[in-house]
Amino acid sequence: MTANEIYEKIKTKFEDAIIEFKPDAVVEPYLEVKPDKIKEICEFLRDEPDLGFDYLMCLSGVDYANGTLGVVYHLYSMKHGHRFVLKVKVPIENPVVQSVESVWKSANWHEREAYDMFGIIFEGHPDLRRILMPYDWPEGSYPLRKDFQVPEFYNGMKVPY
Amino acid sequence: MATFEITTRSIKGDLKTDTMILNMGPQHPSTHGVLRLELVVDGEIIVDVIPHLGYLHRCFEKHAEQMTNYQQVIPYVDRMDYVAAMGNELAYVLAVEKLMGIEVPERVQYIRVIMAELQRIASHLLAIGTYGLDLGAFTPFLWCFREREKILDMFEITCGARLLYNYIWIGGLSHDLPSDFGKKLKDFLKTFPKALKEINDLLTYNKIFIDRTANIGVLPADVAINYGCSGPMLRGSGVKFDLRKNEPYLVYDRFEFDIPVGEGKMGTVGDCWDRYYVRVREMEESLKIIEQAWEQLPAGDVHAAIPKKARPPQGEVYFRTENPRGELGFYIISDGHSSSPFRVKARAPSFVNLSVLPEISKGYMIADLVAILGSVDIVLGEVDR
Amino acid sequence: MTELLNMLIASVIPLLFILVYAIVILWTEIKVASHVQDRLGYMYTGGFHGWAQPIADLLKLLSKEHITPANSDKILFILAPVIVFAASYAAYAALPFTSTFIAANLNVGVFYIIAITSFVVIGILMAGWSSNNKYSLLGAMRSVAQIVSYEIPTALSILTVVIVAGTLNLQEVCEAQKGGLFNWNIFKYPPFMFIAFLIYFVASLAEVNRTPFDIPEAESELVAGYHTEYTGMKFAMFYLAEYANMFLVSGIAAILFFGGWNSPFGEFMSGPAWGVFWFVSKGLLFVFLQIMLRWTLPRLRVDQLMYVSWKVLTPISFANIMIVGLWAILK
Repeated sequence: MTANEIYEKIKTKFEDAIIEFKPDAVVEPYLEVKPDKIKEICEFLRDEPDLGFDYLMCLSGVDYANGTLGVVYHLYSMKHGHRFVLKVKVPIENPVVQSVESVWKSANWHEREAYDMFGIIFEGHPDLRRILMPYDWPEGSYPLRKDFQVPEFYNGMKVPY
Repeated sequence: MATFEITTRSIKGDLKTDTMILNMGPQHPSTHGVLRLELVVDGEIIVDVIPHLGYLHRCFEKHAEQMTNYQQVIPYVDRMDYVAAMGNELAYVLAVEKLMGIEVPERVQYIRVIMAELQRIASHLLAIGTYGLDLGAFTPFLWCFREREKILDMFEITCGARLLYNYIWIGGLSHDLPSDFGKKLKDFLKTFPKALKEINDLLTYNKIFIDRTANIGVLPADVAINYGCSGPMLRGSGVKFDLRKNEPYLVYDRFEFDIPVGEGKMGTVGDCWDRYYVRVREMEESLKIIEQAWEQLPAGDVHAAIPKKARPPQGEVYFRTENPRGELGFYIISDGHSSSPFRVKARAPSFVNLSVLPEISKGYMIADLVAILGSVDIVLGEVDR
Repeated sequence: MTELLNMLIASVIPLLFILVYAIVILWTEIKVASHVQDRLGYMYTGGFHGWAQPIADLLKLLSKEHITPANSDKILFILAPVIVFAASYAAYAALPFTSTFIAANLNVGVFYIIAITSFVVIGILMAGWSSNNKYSLLGAMRSVAQIVSYEIPTALSILTVVIVAGTLNLQEVCEAQKGGLFNWNIFKYPPFMFIAFLIYFVASLAEVNRTPFDIPEAESELVAGYHTEYTGMKFAMFYLAEYANMFLVSGIAAILFFGGWNSPFGEFMSGPAWGVFWFVSKGLLFVFLQIMLRWTLPRLRVDQLMYVSWKVLTPISFANIMIVGLWAILK
């Protein structure tokens, strides 16, 4: 199935959750949806027999440098062999997205990494804590954000850079 | 009378047993790197495994954003999976080329295939050798490394480095193949099947090894797909999925090779032995690919015709290739007006494969955990980036 | 006075033998390991293939600092390696090196050896407990379970020989195998004595904690074994005890099954001095076999180890001893 057909199928059910569909994006088309409906859409994508997106290839956090954070989902169907891209954008003051951990278990660690690096809060995640940074890294300091400042002192030691 | 009562009470009474927390700490001979596993054990049986990562986190993704052009990210990409560096470079460079819309000459593609397949053999040799070492077989480790030395020699005469190459560049390669590469390659192709047979005789069909790995750490196919496993972990569970056949990149569609899949020959489908055996068979298949690629190798120039500070158009790409450990994917966003990447996300196969470890090791013994961890085949550089 | 002198000499000779043998076998083990693994091994110290390396290792171990963990039980900690070595060494008292030399000609030689080697278990448990380390204790308990379970097949196969020989005295067992290769115990009542030898060999591998039964000692999955916390000379004692044990069980195999100090050619090349040569070379042959096995096979898991002992070796050795006993009676 092509991206357009997949988009049509989603549109029939979740008309109000769609923000934008870009079929001519470089390199592949993507669909932007509302952050509080992402879990239902993902469940639909996984359970619908024609779509059958049972494999989450990648879940990335992005900082768009204009006051919004985003999460990008790359989905793949093992059964049918087609791909799809979903996007979600949230404001940086209140970055809350629904968690898709219950849909694909691989999202568990990916979402923890997105939280660790960007500070995106995933609602419904069973165990949202830092995964790559040490556990005593200061709260509110998210390394991959564009406005990240290296802390001057860490555990009493002066950071040389 | 009183003592009799006390005795019966302590025999019949509630013996409180508790689970013990054991730390398989960051420094350990069998964890393949700095990985901390917190085990909750009940006697010898594992109740839960909690992995703690981040000991090797080097902020690769932040560094990539600071580079002045896409080419400078390639040495960083090398150092993610330092055991199979050619595969990393290949995935990144192919992603960038797809974003920029570049078509590379045929000779470059064939050489990239040869390098990637040689790297696959070298990486699997290391995986098999260290797996035997974890289980107490000291000798196959050195025999595997003897073969790996030959491959690293070939890499060294081509690009000067044995482990971290910086060889595959955007639009081409850094050096062409030297004149004695062909001879070394032919010698290797002749001697490797014999060496592989020796290693097989010693380890693969050894009764003790089979006892230690069959029916251990069984990963069902649907759990593997849900957890996003890829590579030999997925194929060991019986799923016939290989990116070189399902989503062919470079010139892989011109070669004839087979995809080995775990069939539960010595135990259940998806146990440690199956994953190990998939790796052994993959080495044989890679040998076939290299032979065919070497025969079909065309002449030409390998150096790139694009400027160093290339500016790709605004857009994003997610490209994935079949690394020895699984599916390595790069998600690159370019903002169109700067020559450095806006966001580079590396989807490392070991990171995702490791997340299934708590699921498949519940109910086994501590000694089995080492066998399971060895069969997942992680490299901490990838897991932590 | 001469009694005392005799006793002293008789007890020092096996000790000297152990020390010299340990140096030689250390070199042999590493060289065999290297050649099996397709590399060279020791090459430099002392010139020809590094023959002086074990001596250098010994000197290095002697010069290391003695570290005692903070909360450990000091007395047990210091006593443990001594007991492990002493138990192994005490068993050498009953080994006949040749027809005229045996340190203690006990009428219950076999029984004495089986009994005194169980002291090793006490030493290991002391080492694991006194280290005050969760993992050492785990390793020590596994080792104790392993040694105790494998004593049964060992004892049963030794008893098979006792039935054949009719005596517990090791010197007489050797005397009875005089007369050339085919008079040795392993060729009597074929093939049951051969089965008894195989069971004895496998069980003795477990007794000395060698691969494939080296869970307690190699970098076992979680623990580094019961001798983690030991440094310097105490660690050297454990090592020495292990090699002494290896020769002990090989020597017993040579005596019980392969004729001890008897020459395989009957009268040719036999005599008291030749006896030492034959005994030591047969013992060294089995030690070499143990070393080869270590570098070839992977390790068994603890429960598989127990399974092999209780459900495979013990029933077979029981059956074996029954058959040999019946055969001997009916003869």
